[in-house]
Amino acid sequence: MLKLSMRQMKENQRGVIAAVRAGGELGKRIRDMGLVPGTEIKIQGRAPLYDPVAIRLMGFTLTLRNNEADYIDVTVED
Amino acid sequence: MSTTIALAGNPNSGKTTLFNALTGARQHVGNYPGVTVERKEGSYVENGQTFKLIDLPGMYSLTAYSLEEVVARDFLVQERPAAIVNIIDASNLERNLYLTVQFMELGVPVCIALNMIDAAQKRGIEINGAKLSELMGVPVVPTVARSGQGKSELMQATGQLIMAGKKMPPLVISYGEDVDLALQEMEQEIVTGFSNCAYPPRWLALKILENDEQILDFCQKENPELYNRLEAIKARLARHISSTLDTCPEAVIADHRYGYIKAILKQGVISHNQDQDRLFISDRIDQVVTNRFAGPLIMLAVIMGLYHFTFTYSELPVAWLEGLFGWLSGVAEAGLPDGLLKSLIIAGVIDGAGGVLGFAPIIMFMFFGIAILEDSGYLARVAFMLDRVFRSFGLHGASVMPFIVSGGIAGGCAVPGVMATRTLKSPRERLATLLTAPFMNCGAKLPVFALLVGAFFAQNEARVMLIITLIAWCGALLSAKLLRSTVIRGESTPFVMELPPYRLPTFRGLLIHTWERTWQYVKKAGTIILAISILLWALMTFPGLPETRQEAFEQQRETVTAAAAEDMEEQLLRIDAQEAEAALRHSIAGQIGTAMESVTSLAGFDWRTNIALVGGFAAKEVVVSTLGTAYSLGEVDPEETGSLAATLAKDPNWNPVVAFALIVFTIFYAPCFVTVVCIAREAGSWKWGAFSIVFNTTIAFGLAVLVYQIGSRGLFGA
Repeated sequence: MLKLSMRQMKENQRGVIAAVRAGGELGKRIRDMGLVPGTEIKIQGRAPLYDPVAIRLMGFTLTLRNNEADYIDVTVED
Repeated sequence: MSTTIALAGNPNSGKTTLFNALTGARQHVGNYPGVTVERKEGSYVENGQTFKLIDLPGMYSLTAYSLEEVVARDFLVQERPAAIVNIIDASNLERNLYLTVQFMELGVPVCIALNMIDAAQKRGIEINGAKLSELMGVPVVPTVARSGQGKSELMQATGQLIMAGKKMPPLVISYGEDVDLALQEMEQEIVTGFSNCAYPPRWLALKILENDEQILDFCQKENPELYNRLEAIKARLARHISSTLDTCPEAVIADHRYGYIKAILKQGVISHNQDQDRLFISDRIDQVVTNRFAGPLIMLAVIMGLYHFTFTYSELPVAWLEGLFGWLSGVAEAGLPDGLLKSLIIAGVIDGAGGVLGFAPIIMFMFFGIAILEDSGYLARVAFMLDRVFRSFGLHGASVMPFIVSGGIAGGCAVPGVMATRTLKSPRERLATLLTAPFMNCGAKLPVFALLVGAFFAQNEARVMLIITLIAWCGALLSAKLLRSTVIRGESTPFVMELPPYRLPTFRGLLIHTWERTWQYVKKAGTIILAISILLWALMTFPGLPETRQEAFEQQRETVTAAAAEDMEEQLLRIDAQEAEAALRHSIAGQIGTAMESVTSLAGFDWRTNIALVGGFAAKEVVVSTLGTAYSLGEVDPEETGSLAATLAKDPNWNPVVAFALIVFTIFYAPCFVTVVCIAREAGSWKWGAFSIVFNTTIAFGLAVLVYQIGSRGLFGA
């Protein structure tokens, strides 16, 4: 088990949210969309310019910018 | 009296489709007071009972961060609907229930519409609606909004819920010992300190812990002493949670809310009989459509397609309208006696009304095209792919559509372009987009460029036109950056956005959407535009030439007629044109133009150019016809500028540098007033309309002076 920030994850890599370190509006938006500790995610892909990132969780696809993904820690199988 | 029911749910849950299915054409669109969020109302009759339905804006949560959320929450708390019909995407149960739970915590009776149940089944998701209903304690009705399936059952269930008149006590979720204790303590403080509060006490306490700014402001204003005590409890809790769990109360609350939902779903509500990670059609489309190489190419094709659709297909109805108004002018021309009234009716009223309605087909086609892209889910992909580029300038990936429609591909129109910013949900990015989109080269600026390029840069026509397009884009993006670091400064709004599965838009939804918006433009913007059009007419008409000068022209005519030379007709026309020039110079607009000459000479503009630019505020192509009048050529048709181009090329006041300075000025200066009216309406304040006039003209003048000063020194070696 390895903990890393969401930005560092590769395409198609899976993981489980460990922590969301953002507060304020960003933190709220992230949590509202179901990115809370324990949620399983998969990196679906990245935009042509490698930012934003698209992730898959709970059966839907969500996009966020890399600098927003920085606030999200994920545990992955190594 | 009819019963009010609110329709609420996540974006992309099929809420508007259900609203359309329920109300049909019986709906009314307005705005919430003071904000630009749309308020849609409709009525529905079931078993002789009439329900008033309110379609609340789509939202993921009940916190007041976005305007949509504030509006929705204020409505629920202040207008207290008898029930909420909560539309839920059945394929996406867990995340959608997050909002449901918050409605229930507010204590408003909820009826769940389990929408797109057919799509969920195709994805191998089976939902036990009865079980969900039992565990949540609210009615659950499966629906397919697209076909209207289940809508009658849904309204019956909602009707029964209201009839039963059961007081729905606010749902109480445990947020863990620490938070629960703090909530209890705060609740007691609120019950004693706030005797007649519209919000349920526990909910209020919860929102304070969630740092909800609107609620915090409310408490501080209503009862500052109580507010301080509540803040103290919150601070204590925050310290405790930070030291024991290394997180904040908001995070703990969200975790527990999702925990509560997960616990319900685990009790046999949902079963997956297919691999959850299977790639569905939508994902397969995305593999191509957002592919690193194919994606941008497809996007380019789609954007070109939208542009073509908006401006090519609207040509025919625009031509019909022009024909109609031309015919009306003709009738007025023939039927009315010469004089001010005739001039007012033709140049003020008919041209003004023609101007308003002339845009309507373009707006209609633009909204139809964008609605297809939005409803199908493609617009979210465009935003996803382009966000990196636009973010650098403080904008949003979705800013591209308004830019393109405004004339990012030369020949658009800023009026529908400014309206296209409605697809943008981030307030600051949206404002920056709608203020800079008018820099793009709309179709009305093109005749001005064609005239000047034809007269002074005839050898490099294509290259200069390309340069003009590039200048517009650079100018728009850089001034967006400037605005976002000054007047509209602030953190970029989080991009956190759903990529909804691709869906076929419903034709009815598209038509309703398009019709409503076009009608709003005609009704609301139209009246103001008509009024300003009459005002501009007055500026260019009053005061008329003094009688002595009119007589002088009359005498010239008489002399010519008496001589009865062969070219009498021609000479008479020349006198008319000279009189028109004199009248224009004498008008208020002309006097402004002449007075401004000392300043504008810095950019190489004389009084003629100034008047033309004042006229361009009505519509940019008027610059050409006004220049024609100012050079005594009579009315010049913007499509036929040969004689005017020749005159300018020969005039000693003109040279390529002056022409280029005027091109630059035309790109950037104040948008036409139709656009200004739309900016004010979209931004929700006249302040921004006025701002766009001043800001754009300042930039335009600065750049034109720069071009003229550097250019004339470089060229003539001064």
